[in-house]
Amino acid sequence: MIKVANLVKRFGDTTVLDGIDLEIEQGEIIVVIGPSGTGKSTLLRCLNFLERPDAGRLTLGDLDVDVTRATKADILAARRRTAFVFQNYALFANKTALENIAEGLIVVNRWPKAKAHARAREILERIGLADKADAYPASLSGGQQQRVGIGRAMAAQAEVILFDEPTSSLDPEWVEEVLALMKRLAAERQTMLVVTHEMGFARDVADRVVFMEGGRIVEQGPPSQLFNAPRDPRTRDFLRKVLAAQPAVST
Amino acid sequence: MSVLDFDYMLGLVPILLSYLPLTLAMAAAGMVLALVLACGLAVIRVLGIPGLNGATLLFISFFRGTPLLVQLFLFYYGLPQVLAFLTQIDGITATIMGLTLHFAAYMAESIRAAIVGVDRSQTEAALSIGMTNGQLMRRIVLPQATRVAVPTLMNYFIDMIKATSLAFTLGVTELMGATQKEAAGSFLYFEAFITVAVIYWGIVELLAWCQRRLEWRLNEAYRR
Repeated sequence: MIKVANLVKRFGDTTVLDGIDLEIEQGEIIVVIGPSGTGKSTLLRCLNFLERPDAGRLTLGDLDVDVTRATKADILAARRRTAFVFQNYALFANKTALENIAEGLIVVNRWPKAKAHARAREILERIGLADKADAYPASLSGGQQQRVGIGRAMAAQAEVILFDEPTSSLDPEWVEEVLALMKRLAAERQTMLVVTHEMGFARDVADRVVFMEGGRIVEQGPPSQLFNAPRDPRTRDFLRKVLAAQPAVST
Repeated sequence: MSVLDFDYMLGLVPILLSYLPLTLAMAAAGMVLALVLACGLAVIRVLGIPGLNGATLLFISFFRGTPLLVQLFLFYYGLPQVLAFLTQIDGITATIMGLTLHFAAYMAESIRAAIVGVDRSQTEAALSIGMTNGQLMRRIVLPQATRVAVPTLMNYFIDMIKATSLAFTLGVTELMGATQKEAAGSFLYFEAFITVAVIYWGIVELLAWCQRRLEWRLNEAYRR
């Protein structure tokens, strides 16, 4: 189980996260939506200390820390219990698709190279890129790169995979294959926390949708409730704007 | 009588080549020491270590801002007058010292730029899977920075080989010093210096060929 309590993050004078409380059950798929600049990505980045939060308590499985007192070891432990999928893929440019997936297993989990490569090949099979094992990121399409990015996260066997707008940098033609892979992971009950503007994905896949604005969680609930009967006027306002731009999703 | 005395030039080649090992040894020693120093300086700059950062900037500014020949004279003729333990300094040591400090100043900035140039998101990705800073540098950043820095560093090495010829002004009989002596004996200055020019040129071309091969290999991951 993952638990965030009263998480606060400031950049200078700006409070980006203003006391976030969130609990995620094992196997739960949570989608975070909200206007740009409301701290959705920062929330994800605070969970693995890519940003250092200013206050709050973080529970990741058997790790339980006051974020202001987190030691180097706590931070490494948090990172090993989470996996991150980046908006811009962030693959290691000097490593092949196979090596990108195996890297963490070899360096962090200290697996022998052969075992790590065997696991990476299984994952490549699952993400449909077995034939691209020896391809370097520069020769892969955006969609393929992001699937490798997801494969790298899958290899970590983390408590939760954090997706930071995984389709936002993709050309429209590649979005579907990435969403399809995420749906497959969701069907396998991989715990996921997804920041996205893909309302269709949120509606179809999420167990719970969280609406954030101004660094706070305004409203959360199952997609049927949040999309069809939003309670807060800010949620209604946001959904009206977004769904007007994505008519395929509106009912 | 022909314009050029080819027989003299051909006879000169083996004599001059016997001084080539000294020239290459000074360049190699200077390069290795300069690389080590430059890496240290680059890391100080990248991490912005307080105190050391300012000292590094001053060092780089001085050794880039003054001619190598001035630095060599300073080490060989100047320093022994102030620092007693340097009275024994010989021309070869002074040359290696000068080459090291001078080229380290240039190379530090190239190495720093190469490290900083590695896409920041890859650093975050490496941290996100739980790598330590050391693992991140060793496995992700430095291999990519090397690829960026190698062409420039090879250029500095080529430059350094040519710069060893300044050692002759400190009384070292290396490739250039030997040529000067031979020419003074035969009075065939044009033949002597054109011969040594061709020898330097040949070495540099050989290195440039190695550089192209190395770059081809380092670029493996970036070909589409």
